[in-house]
Amino acid sequence: MQIELRNIHKHFGPVRANDGISLRVQSGTIHGLLGENGAGKSTLMKILSGYLSLDSGQILVKGRPVSIQSPAQGIRHGIGMLHQDPLDFPAMRVLDNFLLGRGSRLRQHRARAKTELLQLADRFGFPMDPEEMLSTLSIGERQQLEILRLISLGAETLILDEPTTGISTPQKVQLFATLHRLAAEGRSVIFVSHKLEDAEELCHRVTVLRHGRVSGEIEAPFQSAQLVRLMFGQDLPPSERATIPTGQPVLQLDHVTLPGPRFSIPNISMTIRAGEVIGLAGIEGSGQRLFLHACVGLVRPSSGQILLDGQDMVGQSYHHLLKSGMAFLPANRLEEGLVEGLTLAEHCILTDRENMPFFVRWSEAREKARQKISEYNIQGTPDSPIESLSGGNQQRALLSLLPSHLRLLALEHPTRGLDVESARWVWDMLQQRRRQGTAIVFTSADLDEIRERSERIYVFSGGNLSGPVDATETSTTELGMMIGGKAYEIA
Amino acid sequence: MNNELLRTLATVVAVSAPLVYAGIGETLTEKAGVINLSLDGSILLSAMGAFATAYLTGSLFWGFVVAALIGAAVAALIAFASISLRQDQVAVGFVLTLLCADLSSFLGNPFVHKPGPAIPNMPIPILKDLPIVGPILFSQDLVVYGSFLLILLSWLWTFKTQPGLRLQGIGERPEAAFARGTNVNRLRFFYTVLGGALVGIAGAAYSLDIKLGWSHNHTAGNGWIALAIVIFGGWHPLRVAFGAYLFGGLKALGSVMQRVAPGVPTQIFQAAPFALMIVALLLVSGNVLDRLLAYLPRRTRQRVTSLVRSSPPAALGKPFVEE
Repeated sequence: MQIELRNIHKHFGPVRANDGISLRVQSGTIHGLLGENGAGKSTLMKILSGYLSLDSGQILVKGRPVSIQSPAQGIRHGIGMLHQDPLDFPAMRVLDNFLLGRGSRLRQHRARAKTELLQLADRFGFPMDPEEMLSTLSIGERQQLEILRLISLGAETLILDEPTTGISTPQKVQLFATLHRLAAEGRSVIFVSHKLEDAEELCHRVTVLRHGRVSGEIEAPFQSAQLVRLMFGQDLPPSERATIPTGQPVLQLDHVTLPGPRFSIPNISMTIRAGEVIGLAGIEGSGQRLFLHACVGLVRPSSGQILLDGQDMVGQSYHHLLKSGMAFLPANRLEEGLVEGLTLAEHCILTDRENMPFFVRWSEAREKARQKISEYNIQGTPDSPIESLSGGNQQRALLSLLPSHLRLLALEHPTRGLDVESARWVWDMLQQRRRQGTAIVFTSADLDEIRERSERIYVFSGGNLSGPVDATETSTTELGMMIGGKAYEIA
Repeated sequence: MNNELLRTLATVVAVSAPLVYAGIGETLTEKAGVINLSLDGSILLSAMGAFATAYLTGSLFWGFVVAALIGAAVAALIAFASISLRQDQVAVGFVLTLLCADLSSFLGNPFVHKPGPAIPNMPIPILKDLPIVGPILFSQDLVVYGSFLLILLSWLWTFKTQPGLRLQGIGERPEAAFARGTNVNRLRFFYTVLGGALVGIAGAAYSLDIKLGWSHNHTAGNGWIALAIVIFGGWHPLRVAFGAYLFGGLKALGSVMQRVAPGVPTQIFQAAPFALMIVALLLVSGNVLDRLLAYLPRRTRQRVTSLVRSSPPAALGKPFVEE
């Protein structure tokens, strides 16, 4: 089924998620939609399948303009979407999941539906027990059920959002075979992914999105380098970097395995030295957060040793680690870093661990807050609630609340949502810390920031850790390849 | 079987009927993902409304209609506050509980301890002569027969019909139900009001049938019991009904024991059902059950587990916002 999107615009507040995207998908083809996080892929596909309404633009199905206001209307036009986290009912049976939403008549026609499901499952070679509880199925099996369900509802265009995340290799092989078969039957498949490997293996044609716009469209066979350039942009010449001598090892990870909800990261060994900056690259959710949490003792490794200044820190409480000179700045500043509803002065009281009188000394706290405001150039007063500050000022506040001596500072997206000026200021502060011998580990979605600010770079890709890469020698293209799961081809 | 035992069992079935109405009404509401916490208050208010209406008009039928309308109206307030205004369901429910209870005392003042009409007994011919089940189940009145019908219908509706699947869906994962073309919030509104109407009927069943008449705080406490029975029953209509009868049975046992052992303080027998209910709750949700189930063959185990194991609807109490 031919699908055409014309000049789609969609914005959330000031963010332009889709900024004039046009796309044409031919029937009988597998069309890849590539892009990094926040490129606008999911937004575009949610618009096409009816989960989101568009601000302006046009959708054409088989050459005729249509209006798709809800997922139900989407499926009526033959467009079905399989979400990354399948939108199904784990607490119900497989057959109930298959039945739910099929017409609104009173009778269920279980027997008939069961036959249909088993026939479909048989056709695609999916093992399926209709009476099993869905919660006992793997993500891959739930995907298979959703595909069958959408096909039985008459989907002629199937959208798959990051379908290869969280499924086993045999399931992936089977999925790809199924998608080829669907395309051969004349259906069209839109394959949304950030994994170059998968897209190259599967797609007939690929459209790359970047910052809400189409940055290019390529026919198979693909060249990885070209796709990476379209996804992540051109390589910029590296800027001047400060040379700060590195000192003793601060944090040592020795054959550490980290347990995660979707995957575990096996066998990490790494040494981080005083004054050093380690950048962690990767698509969000590839394990960086888990790693950062482990560095500061918020996650306990399932095996291996983590040494802080030569001392085993596994099993130590977070408070103990804070005292030993460890700190973590989370990306969700308001949820995890600051206390919403409290003022800056109150934050000063909360974080002052050495000086804790029973009765709060308010004038002292305000004075301290005033000092921090001038020292860290925070736009606000000691009595302004923390959530009333802008993102940049919240980050400044967080930095100002850190203890003066730190051994290790872990930061999650330290400049996310900040303007250029604030971002530079944050890094100036961090350079000062480095000169005092603080080791820094940070994650960022911005590859340029990672390349520019760190000495060594580790790349996370679906729970696999690769690297280290020397930041002065690598390129955005190379990092992009590694993020896309092509690390082994380079190495 | 001796006559006294049969009589006691028949009483248990009868006194449990209002709890069946309220429990199943609340089950339908919670299955849809909404908590109507106002049960204790709305049962009081509808019991008062039913009695007042029947007393003034002499019509039992209109008494029940008014009670159902009161229950539905209170539920509609909860639905409006939680679905349309996205307010906290627990807070709104609590306030309405208190408001309705006080309102019932205030408005019901003129009707306190007045003699009023009562639902007549109506044994079903032929069936009433069956051994054992005849006197227990079929020598009752219309309200009790209605509770039997409600158990059956709510079970059929929830698990055997297409709309019932949708009902489960909107309480389990509203966004997935929405993806399957369901108007989640409209359906939630519907089931909240429907459940409320059944809660109202429970009120009428007290004042016009099971606990005749009206007095201040006439039915106080029974709403909370109904709420607990829904949890005990694992949001499954048949188990909720079983819970209602179990509680009724425990209370009956209490009054029997009181006669058998007059030396023991009566408060113990009055409080015992609640304590036993907690023990029963622990039994169905604790490790004990898991260990027992482990002895069953795999296929049967899955069936039995899904029957006795209970988990609340996953989206219970969570508002749904379309993107």
